[in-house]
Amino acid sequence: MDISIGPLLIQALNAIQYGLLLFLIASGLTLIFGVMGVINIAHGSFYMMGAYFAFTLTGLTGNFFIAVFIGAVLSVVVGLFLEWALFSHLYKRNHLEQVLLSYGLILIFEEIRSVTVGDSVHSVPIPSWLNFSIPLGEIMTYPFYRIFISLVCIVIAIALYILINKTRVGSMIRAGASNSGMAEILGVNIKIVNRLVFSLGVGLAAFAGMINAPASAVAPGMGMEVLIVSFVVVVIGGIGSVWGALFAAMVIAFADTFGSVFFPQVASMLTYIIMALVLLWRPDGLFKR
Amino acid sequence: MSEVLLKAIEVTKRFGGLTANQDVSLEVYRGKTHAILGPNGAGKSTLINMLSGDLSVTSGAVILGDTDVTNRTPNQRSLMGIGRSYQKTNIFPEFTVLENCRLAAQSRDPRASAIFTNAQKHKAYLAHAERAISETGLSGYENRIASELSHGEQRQLELAIVLSTQPTVLLLDEPLAGMGSEESAQMIALLKKLVKTHGILLVEHDMEAVFSIADIITVMVNGTVVMTDLPEAVRASAEVQQAYFGH
Amino acid sequence: MKPMTRNTYVYILWAVFFIALLLFPLLQLDFYSEMVSRIVILTLFAVSLDLLVGYTGLVSFGHAAWFGVGAYGFAILSTKYQVADSLWVTLPVSLIAAAVLSCIVGFFVLRTRGIYFIMVTLAFAQVFYFLVHDVPAIGGSTDGMNLYGRPTMNIAGWDVIDLENPLSMYYFILAGLFVSLIFLWAFLRSPLGRAIQGIKANEHRMLSVGFPVFKYKLIAFIVSSVLAAFAGYLFAVQSYGVNPELLSWHKSADALLMLILGGMGHLYGGIIGAFALVLLKELFMAYTDWWQMWLGTTIVLLVLFLPGGLVSVPHRLKTLLGRVS
Repeated sequence: MDISIGPLLIQALNAIQYGLLLFLIASGLTLIFGVMGVINIAHGSFYMMGAYFAFTLTGLTGNFFIAVFIGAVLSVVVGLFLEWALFSHLYKRNHLEQVLLSYGLILIFEEIRSVTVGDSVHSVPIPSWLNFSIPLGEIMTYPFYRIFISLVCIVIAIALYILINKTRVGSMIRAGASNSGMAEILGVNIKIVNRLVFSLGVGLAAFAGMINAPASAVAPGMGMEVLIVSFVVVVIGGIGSVWGALFAAMVIAFADTFGSVFFPQVASMLTYIIMALVLLWRPDGLFKR
Repeated sequence: MSEVLLKAIEVTKRFGGLTANQDVSLEVYRGKTHAILGPNGAGKSTLINMLSGDLSVTSGAVILGDTDVTNRTPNQRSLMGIGRSYQKTNIFPEFTVLENCRLAAQSRDPRASAIFTNAQKHKAYLAHAERAISETGLSGYENRIASELSHGEQRQLELAIVLSTQPTVLLLDEPLAGMGSEESAQMIALLKKLVKTHGILLVEHDMEAVFSIADIITVMVNGTVVMTDLPEAVRASAEVQQAYFGH
Repeated sequence: MKPMTRNTYVYILWAVFFIALLLFPLLQLDFYSEMVSRIVILTLFAVSLDLLVGYTGLVSFGHAAWFGVGAYGFAILSTKYQVADSLWVTLPVSLIAAAVLSCIVGFFVLRTRGIYFIMVTLAFAQVFYFLVHDVPAIGGSTDGMNLYGRPTMNIAGWDVIDLENPLSMYYFILAGLFVSLIFLWAFLRSPLGRAIQGIKANEHRMLSVGFPVFKYKLIAFIVSSVLAAFAGYLFAVQSYGVNPELLSWHKSADALLMLILGGMGHLYGGIIGAFALVLLKELFMAYTDWWQMWLGTTIVLLVLFLPGGLVSVPHRLKTLLGRVS
């Protein structure tokens, strides 16, 4: 019994980690959709940006955590700038224009990445004090850093919960997500809320990229892979619902992780099959506001 | 003996914890205008939405003629004879007045497989559209773009669109909203003429208009029916006075 | 409803366009003939999406999937399984496959609207991408497939058209675009076509006056997918090859890009957009290594300042000049 639990436990831990990362990325997406009604397909690029920040800044400073801190600050600044310069003009525009402008951004980001850091695959070393394995059962071990990622994500999720549900800023965000017109009339400074939400979204995605960098490769194209799955998470969870995003992220993560083990042929389809089923039943997502 | 065209039987609508309509029943007769009065928030629009199919009922039934249409979609109900006009003008802004009505008329005979014909030259559609346009007083406006019309003219177009579908029952949600006195008078005259061949259910705030054309009045407050009676009785009712002005 | 003079103007431009393309091979610029063929195929692809986006109001981010179905349909039949290499078989089968598949996908995705629709069309297109990337049974591999020949057009022993001849292929593609445009023109002015445009103008009203809106959207979705598949078929035939990148989200984005470059809701927008996109890409790639940056910036500026596309330039110039004088 011990022997078969080990692998299952490993997969479960992997799924939890993947799910939490997806949640960080998708929660930003769903908030930006929900509050501003903007579709931003460059969101995956922020995840990639985070990973590349982790790589270059760790290289420069020699310390992963300092790198993450600086990277987080930089990401928020980038988010503020992008919102001010570009996205604030898109709120009144139609979805096609939003899609295309953000597509243009993807191309620009790709080029910047290519020029500054190059096209090869990089890795970020795990900080030495976190670089050990813990035993699972009698034979298997599991890298602690991956558990650390999950723990950090849980902390962020809790912080997000507190921000959204227990602070004044959070209530403004929630008001904006249900009805921004009304919120504005009630005195909420919607411009500030928009800027905040956007930067928060960028920050979360970038942070996910940073914290996950030591555990996986830093490579071109990583942004898009994660984006499409994040879209599925938002569709299933419902636009504007952060908890929908959490639920959906976990469902997708588990389906994908265990699917690869038990049904490898259809594993990559599983995510989309689930999405199709949800569409049949609840086209607006499971937890739509 | 008037024929009952449309009936609501104890129709209830709940949105989560909020009850918008509770056990509302009423009948729309051919040749009669049935008006619904009530303060804002009384649930009048919710009721019309349930009759037209724009909202589903939580419980109760909607019967059109002999058929239970409670679970039918808005387009199905339209094809069966219900014509609904909206409080918030719901036209095709970029199309001309003629095209707005022609398209509505097309719904009666969709001819979806007639790929090689020119829909805009089809005589039957144009005939119905022209008739609706002249009935609502928009003759001469056929080639005007709908978004360029005045508010009152758009309300006329709103009704013309409905008439182009040759309905049996008219569900009119504040047709006089935002109209000046002359336009209102024209609309009232039109309604008086239409009621001879249709059944009309009317939600309106313009009291004078309501009392001049209604044959039956239902008063709703807080989602329930307070009374349904002849206009004189409603006017004299103390209960209604209380409901309206006691707020 | 445009005034007469504008319509005549448009018809004349169409005539000029087709005559120019008809006469183009006479210039003996063989290399460019192939490029022009590609642009004509892209035009068909863009126009097929315009039916969905510009005329029905549905922004799909997965249109490349249908292009891929058409292309891979031919590849699978002719090369992978060598079932048939006749055009009379491979083309109808590819188009029917696209119709059936788009009916199924449409059934799911048309339940959504707005942002959801964009995301789910992207997601379903990814499914198709993975299929041709990973499933060997349908010729799936990272590198795609090389095709051994173009389809035959044989009736009773006589080769009606020999598509191996580059000139014939060029004219066939041009004819394909022409026939498709005629079909679309007829479709858009038919009752169904007008209803579809009504759905874009006010979907709620269309439902309320009695139209089966879901059914009509599904038809528009299927028609636009079949036309895209036709474009993909022509591409596979012309290029002697298919590869998974034909279905990538980049290609779906390209289709949307062509529409915003050219302008939507006018069939000629697709043509302008296709030419503009190809020219822009060629231009950037020829003069700089950083072509992605240039293209991306152009797109951003285009969206911010010229969302009506190149088609809107004359109108905007008029307004501008009107203000000046």
